[in-house]
Amino acid sequence: MSTATVSGPDIDSDPDRLRLRGQTLPRWAPLAVAAGAVVVSLLIYLLTPVDSEIQIVLMAALLFVIATTVVSTVVEGGRRARDRFATTLVYTAFLLAVIPLVAVLVSVISKGAGRLDAGFFTHSMNGIGARDVGGGIYHAIIGTVEQVLLASVLAVPFGLLVAIYLVEYGRGRISRVISFFVDVLTGLPSIIAGLFILAFWVLALDQGFSGFAGALALAVLMIPTVVRSAEEMLKLVPNELREAGYALGVPQWRTILRVVVPTALPGIVTGVMLAVARVAGETAPVLLTVFGTNLINSNPFSGEQSSLPLYIYSQAGQPQQFAVDRAWAAALVLIIIIMVLNLVARLFAGRNRLK
Amino acid sequence: MATRIDVTGLTAYYGKFKAVADVNLTIEPKNVTAFIGPSGCGKSTVLRTLNRMHEVLPGARVEGKVLLDGEDLYGAGTDPVNVRRTVGMVFQRPNPFPTMSIYENVIAGLKLNGVRKKALLDERVEESLRGANLWEEVKDRLGRPGAGLSGGQQQRLCIARAIAVEPQVLLMDEPCSALDPISTLAIEDLITKLKSSFTIVIVTHNMQQASRVSDATAFFSLEKTGDPGRLVEFDKTSKIFSNPTEKRTEDYVSGRFG
Repeated sequence: MSTATVSGPDIDSDPDRLRLRGQTLPRWAPLAVAAGAVVVSLLIYLLTPVDSEIQIVLMAALLFVIATTVVSTVVEGGRRARDRFATTLVYTAFLLAVIPLVAVLVSVISKGAGRLDAGFFTHSMNGIGARDVGGGIYHAIIGTVEQVLLASVLAVPFGLLVAIYLVEYGRGRISRVISFFVDVLTGLPSIIAGLFILAFWVLALDQGFSGFAGALALAVLMIPTVVRSAEEMLKLVPNELREAGYALGVPQWRTILRVVVPTALPGIVTGVMLAVARVAGETAPVLLTVFGTNLINSNPFSGEQSSLPLYIYSQAGQPQQFAVDRAWAAALVLIIIIMVLNLVARLFAGRNRLK
Repeated sequence: MATRIDVTGLTAYYGKFKAVADVNLTIEPKNVTAFIGPSGCGKSTVLRTLNRMHEVLPGARVEGKVLLDGEDLYGAGTDPVNVRRTVGMVFQRPNPFPTMSIYENVIAGLKLNGVRKKALLDERVEESLRGANLWEEVKDRLGRPGAGLSGGQQQRLCIARAIAVEPQVLLMDEPCSALDPISTLAIEDLITKLKSSFTIVIVTHNMQQASRVSDATAFFSLEKTGDPGRLVEFDKTSKIFSNPTEKRTEDYVSGRFG
């Protein structure tokens, strides 16, 4: 292919030529500015009496935002500088938000990994005092798994049915009232749920402490979360699909069961998993209803049980280092369980969306 | 197998808003009847009253009579679910069930109503897809999701799904308005073919389409926004498009209004 060149006026010297290209900063510029901000902050940390790490981190972030904006204003002009300002602000906010997460993970892993051996998972605290080395979380894992499973069995169908009522059938005042109370329940402090079950189930009905009582308290906390997330997902199902079902002569309940719910299922599962992850870490309601024990009790319907949050709480409250180590290790296990649950939920939701 | 529909004194409301007033018409069996008219004149509303889909919307209600071979759709004790099994419907936008395969979509109506026999279902899938002129295109990928088909194929899939439950009447609410000309032609051919077994009522904005596919045409219109729509004229399609009685019909079909 050949290109024909027509000799014309010298474009570059034409004062009226279009100026589509402007001065831009090279791609490495933001990184260089960030490195500069960090170096300056470190120098201030080393050379001046300022000795708070938090202040230094915040100072580096501030320097980064200001310096990028100034450099960009000088080189690129106003509009691009405002863009740079917003972009750096977003990045900085993201980094600052990630710091606590990373810090928590690092400290839990570094302090908890040491006790993670086979014995820790296969032993209870039976006969282990605070000053003893051994001991494990076998009884706590059993408790957590049983309580959370029972709570899900109670809360998920109930919450799902409420959500289906609100979206598919609810009209007028009753559904507004239900919706309002679900909102109220969402803001319920978890210890109140525990107190309620303690007063109602454990004491008034004289059922005693048990894993099931704990599951009841956790279910109270789970229901509003399940209702809200399932409701949002059901609302996303296009009305045309419901009409398509009705037009085929399929009754409403069957259309809901076979068309609407399956369409919304990935989102509902994600919501349920998040609710499970949330209650798996609850301490206060479990403390009031399950009570805690050092022994293995695999029957959730009678007698005190333990659970991971409760175990962490009781071990961390001891002054001895062995107990504190056990608490950190249990915390690590709890985080891993919740993370795995979240990942499974996300995998499930992602796989179904592809269809 | 096809059925006559007699509509008398039909008035449809959305809450307090009267959408269509006092419609009287007779839809002949094994005929294609087209509803035409400007937007908001209530033609889709009338169509939806013919299989009790109108009342699915909150606050919507109907007065008057719709007789299906003499039986009143709105009579006491009539079950809307049974009505919809007899009077099928195809919607404006193709709406295959996204969680189901092509095969499952076609038999959705049967399966959701409890038919389990595999042989019968297999047979019905082929029959319905052939009926909807889609079999040759999808016979090798019946297990693939229905949402993966093109728009025109999806609409034919929806038609296959509607005829799989063996209704007497097929209602089509602007079935081609979301489709390109070639898919539209495919659907129009299909309508002509289906006419031999079903009573068909089609709502369309496209007057050429009405004149091409229908035997009878009903023209709806409204005086001004906010007034209920009314049936202006109902006659043989050839008469409506060549020599209508009403001045307003003539203005509309000749493109001078609406």
